[in-house]
Amino acid sequence: MTFKLSITAMALLAAATAANAEKAKFEYWYGLTGDLGAVVAETCNRFNASQADYEAVCVGQDGYDKAVQNTIAAFRAGKHPALLQSFDAGTADLMLSGEFYPVTKLMADTGVTVDWADYFPGIANYYSSKSGEFFSMPWNSSTPVYYFNKDHFAKAGITEAPITWEGLEQALVALKDSGQACGLAYAPSAWIDLEQFSMVHNVPVASNNNGYDGLDTELLFNTTLHVKHMENIQRWLTDGVAMMRTQAAGKTARDSFVEGECSVFFSSIADHNTVHKLKPTFGWDVQIIPTYEGVERKNSVVGGASLWVLSGKSEAEYKGAAAYLAFLATKEQQQFLLENSGYIPVTKSTYDALLAEGFYAKEPYINRDIAMKSLTWSEPTELTRGIRLGGMIQIRAEWLAEVEAAFAGQKTMQEALDTAAARGNEQLARFAQTYAGKSFP
Amino acid sequence: MRRAYFKFSWIAAALLAPQLLIVFVFFYWPSAQALYWAFTLEQPWGGGNTWVGFDNFRKVLSDAYYWSSVRVSVIYALATTVLAMSMALTLAIFVDRQLAGYKAYRVAIIWPYAVAAPAVGLAFQFVFNPGAGLFSYINTIAPGWWDLSKYPWQAVTAIVIAGAWKQVAYSFVFFLAALQSIPRSLTEAAAMDGARPLRRMMDLQLPLLTPTFFFLLVINITDSFTDSFGIVDTLTGGGPFRATDLMVYKIYADGFRGFDYSGAAAQSIILMLLVMALTFVQFRYIERRVHYT
Repeated sequence: MTFKLSITAMALLAAATAANAEKAKFEYWYGLTGDLGAVVAETCNRFNASQADYEAVCVGQDGYDKAVQNTIAAFRAGKHPALLQSFDAGTADLMLSGEFYPVTKLMADTGVTVDWADYFPGIANYYSSKSGEFFSMPWNSSTPVYYFNKDHFAKAGITEAPITWEGLEQALVALKDSGQACGLAYAPSAWIDLEQFSMVHNVPVASNNNGYDGLDTELLFNTTLHVKHMENIQRWLTDGVAMMRTQAAGKTARDSFVEGECSVFFSSIADHNTVHKLKPTFGWDVQIIPTYEGVERKNSVVGGASLWVLSGKSEAEYKGAAAYLAFLATKEQQQFLLENSGYIPVTKSTYDALLAEGFYAKEPYINRDIAMKSLTWSEPTELTRGIRLGGMIQIRAEWLAEVEAAFAGQKTMQEALDTAAARGNEQLARFAQTYAGKSFP
Repeated sequence: MRRAYFKFSWIAAALLAPQLLIVFVFFYWPSAQALYWAFTLEQPWGGGNTWVGFDNFRKVLSDAYYWSSVRVSVIYALATTVLAMSMALTLAIFVDRQLAGYKAYRVAIIWPYAVAAPAVGLAFQFVFNPGAGLFSYINTIAPGWWDLSKYPWQAVTAIVIAGAWKQVAYSFVFFLAALQSIPRSLTEAAAMDGARPLRRMMDLQLPLLTPTFFFLLVINITDSFTDSFGIVDTLTGGGPFRATDLMVYKIYADGFRGFDYSGAAAQSIILMLLVMALTFVQFRYIERRVHYT
């Protein structure tokens, strides 16, 4: 039986190889997992079925950080893929190493036309060099929002989801007064509480315009409005209008929200699809992340991941990769991603077309494009283009460990953020020393 | 002391070669690479490195958080070793005395060793999770008392228990084998002289077990320094606020997650030296008390 099976398998394999003999193969390593990983795999299947010249071999790597780690190991052994899906925090080293093929150049070299101006500036700026050349191809894009329980809000007499922190605090107090035991389900997140917060308030995370203008960068977040914000959150936790909800504490913020235990939680718009799938038994909606009164709101920046083309591959592989990237950028394929995830469109034309079709007027997509409002609130400023910091992953980890220590009452929030910044600065100094004489392109 | 001498033979060399090659490729080569990286700043994507001398070591050793990581690693190693070995010995003595049900758990006790560390961590999540685990029952009586994300000592206790649980199996097998190799005539003679089971254990079996005991001590301590990664990663993630940031976990977090290859290499070298020093101390001072028959 086993013997017969293996013969059949071999025959099938041989047939498959023969059929694909003429197709030029290229590899693509991606980090998304679960349902989203399946969406990536499906884009590959669709691409392979759509034309006869190239074949994308797509390999899931079980998480963004593992995708980058594995690619580095493979790269050092000369066995890396042509395409890598990488998250923002993992790319500073790649940018400085120069071991990538900027997609603007790739498309020009392979004769694929892309309307780069069609990309939303909040997304384009994040993934491109100072001269406006795209390093990597934006694909699965998101930005943070907050999710709220409409029924709880109505019961507490809140008619409109506030877009200021002062307003949100009042809402949380009103929720508590209405008998709601858990208002805000809070989980500390450097991406939301530090990075995106600093963007929309137009305050720096670090010097050198958040690291864009040089490697001799120092963190500044312990001197900005961010400190007051974290102190406020700490106060909300003490006052009981917010509750700590993390995996380690027993339940995630999203689960607390979906179960109707807590009324509000902050997360990426990518969770919009997940929350919908979990079918909460109450009415809910999303709102852009608040700003403090008296601050002129700016755009938030893109999160998620982008696709990098790595150096050292053959021309045929590059042509295949270019074709795949162009395929992903079409309206049809963007829409496929949006329908199967909570991500947002990356080009203006796709967004406009979807609006015209009434895509965002029907469930489950209603109001999901509020993320676009946040992302395109203003033209990006020097401080809201994004963040270019080496050791970003450790900086986020330092921030989290210190903020948790402050929440546990081990130190004041100011002390915690000072320590996090000082330790982060050591990382930045090491990074600058590692890449002495280089600068971000 | 008797020593054995062997003549050099090509056959012996040929038979040893594959093993030596494996040791070289998977141990000496990476160690040498790590040693080199520890003195440089290595760019993850290749493209060269800068020689920085002892900078990486200075940075690590002058970091107060690193020392607390060393401290918790030592606590973890000692606590898991003591806990695992005492549980293993107790169980082995029960099995050796063929108490009721020994056949069933002789097999059952060996299983945990076959479970991968991350799986152990996940399994213990269901035990220790303050919201949904077995320990959440404590919280229904005293709300908020058990919370791994808040109280460092609870997080450390959790990883120690999970780590010890995994180690028990290995020690158990060795203890049982050692107990069963004690000649029946000795135990019987002691019994005829009127020694009861507890007395026989204290005066006869335990002294005869010392070589096994010593071997397991060395292995368990080494193992708990190097094999704790999976448990920490799935159970606590190094938190709360670095309380369970064991040395080996910090190496992973800095090196692989944070791309600081050189800092991680320096930490690996320090960890290696620490384990070697501990093993040396054990051989130097504890082995004296061991009687090989």
